[in-house]
Amino acid sequence: MTAVRDIVPGAGPPRAGLLSRMLPPALYAGRARALILRSALASRSAWLAIFSGFFEPLFFLLAMGQGLGSLVGPVSGPGGQQLSYAAFIAPGLLAASAMNGAVYDSTFNIFFKLRYAKLYDAMLATPLGPVDIALGEIGWALIRGGLYATGFLGVLLGLGLISSPWALLALPTALFVAFAFAAVGMVATSYMRSWQDFDLVQLAVLPMFLFSATFFPLSVYPPAVQWLVQAFPLYHAVELMRGLTTGVVGWAMLGHLAYFGLMAAFGVVVAARRLQTLLLP
Amino acid sequence: MTTAEVRCSSGRVLPGWRASLLVVEGLWTWYRRNWRATAISSLLQPVLFLVAFGVGFGALVDAGAGPAQATGGVPYLVYLAPALLAVGAVQSAAFESTYPILAAFKWKGTYQAVTATPITPGQLAGGQLIWIALRLALSGAAYLSVSALFGAVRGPGVLGALVFAVLCGTAFSALLVAFSAAQEGEGNAFAAVFRFVVVPMTLFSGTFFPISQLPAVIRPLAWVSPLWHGTELARGAVLGTLQLWPGVGHTGYLTVLLGAGVLLSRWRFRVRLTR
Repeated sequence: MTAVRDIVPGAGPPRAGLLSRMLPPALYAGRARALILRSALASRSAWLAIFSGFFEPLFFLLAMGQGLGSLVGPVSGPGGQQLSYAAFIAPGLLAASAMNGAVYDSTFNIFFKLRYAKLYDAMLATPLGPVDIALGEIGWALIRGGLYATGFLGVLLGLGLISSPWALLALPTALFVAFAFAAVGMVATSYMRSWQDFDLVQLAVLPMFLFSATFFPLSVYPPAVQWLVQAFPLYHAVELMRGLTTGVVGWAMLGHLAYFGLMAAFGVVVAARRLQTLLLP
Repeated sequence: MTTAEVRCSSGRVLPGWRASLLVVEGLWTWYRRNWRATAISSLLQPVLFLVAFGVGFGALVDAGAGPAQATGGVPYLVYLAPALLAVGAVQSAAFESTYPILAAFKWKGTYQAVTATPITPGQLAGGQLIWIALRLALSGAAYLSVSALFGAVRGPGVLGALVFAVLCGTAFSALLVAFSAAQEGEGNAFAAVFRFVVVPMTLFSGTFFPISQLPAVIRPLAWVSPLWHGTELARGAVLGTLQLWPGVGHTGYLTVLLGAGVLLSRWRFRVRLTR
């Protein structure tokens, strides 16, 4: 790897950041940016798919908030505060769309590029390491997710479903949650053998989407099930978002954030190892 | 030609139905080995929605006073179960009628292989649609048996609901198969079909709440959607609230869609496989 760096003009020494000190030198060349540029360029031909991602949570919000909301009265939100049903599910949908976007990007898209397009094999023939690839791909997924989250928050503000300035922090929180999901998603992708395995991704994502206090409060469940729901990551994301959009902010939020911190750290370390085994055997 | 070869071939072209059933047999042989991949999307998805909304969300609905007029006085779980049968049929139809069709034309070449035999493109299209209808009936029956465990289905009306759901799913599937047969690229249009047709259809077709709760401007979209007609029929059959003339109207609309879809599919198959 160092030899390659010497002969490529303009290729400077690796950056002295935290990541490059933590990881073996052949894995990371500090050029994840090149991959983000590549994704932006490639996405110009798939703009419809990118643009349409904004609509999914919006459709859910309109149908569920308006229609289902007419069947139930106010729902008790964080701190016992009574919320309209639309205001109750809106933060849940924001958290769920952060998860869905990150998981689909880091599983379906990456699997296709890894196994069929052989895109990463081509990239590794240039001065890029597996960690550049992982960070670049996750970075692009986060940029997309950030755009969607910004748009969705704008719609919530327009519909009057946000009752606190703390909601500004919902955007970075959505990105952090998405980062953790994307990192773990990449680990899962690295173990997949065929498209059949993607059913398992569905099997993990769909129940979380439906049962993580997204559409109805945790109090609906019997106590044993409540513990089970709290063990899964999306529940913590929903709690964070709901606290921020309604302004019920407390120390417990640090606990939820710590969950995602651990998840992200686990994901990045294992994904880097796995990519090394897969791409640089 | 040797005598052995003469004995192997019947030497004549099969009549239409028999040829289509051969296509069905071929697809069944494949499915028998690969059904597991469809179990989650076809069975588990509607069951999970039923548990989350029927049981979980239903606890909120049944606790309030609002539901009596909206659901006609039945528990929300019972109100939702037949509608999710129709949704499941439409969703499975959407999966079966997009990528697998394009793959058979473009990536696998199965259709070219079939039409190299005496089977015509029209018979092939017919066989493919019959198979999709059977497949929808299979997963619908599986969903009904599971939801019966939750006490979500009542009475013999569920069999009528299954027939209506399959009609609804097949009508949608026929139109989508014609669309997929006309795709030349890598299927990028399918993502838009799912985002802008399938998902809104499942949300705005009276599945989770009566369409009278929708704003008046969106309601005409539900009237066009085949899923709304299928939902009205399936729910009416289970709850016993189906009136004669509305029933005839919904069935007629779905039958017209199905007929149009079959004609369009046969035409697109003929164009693509005989050029």
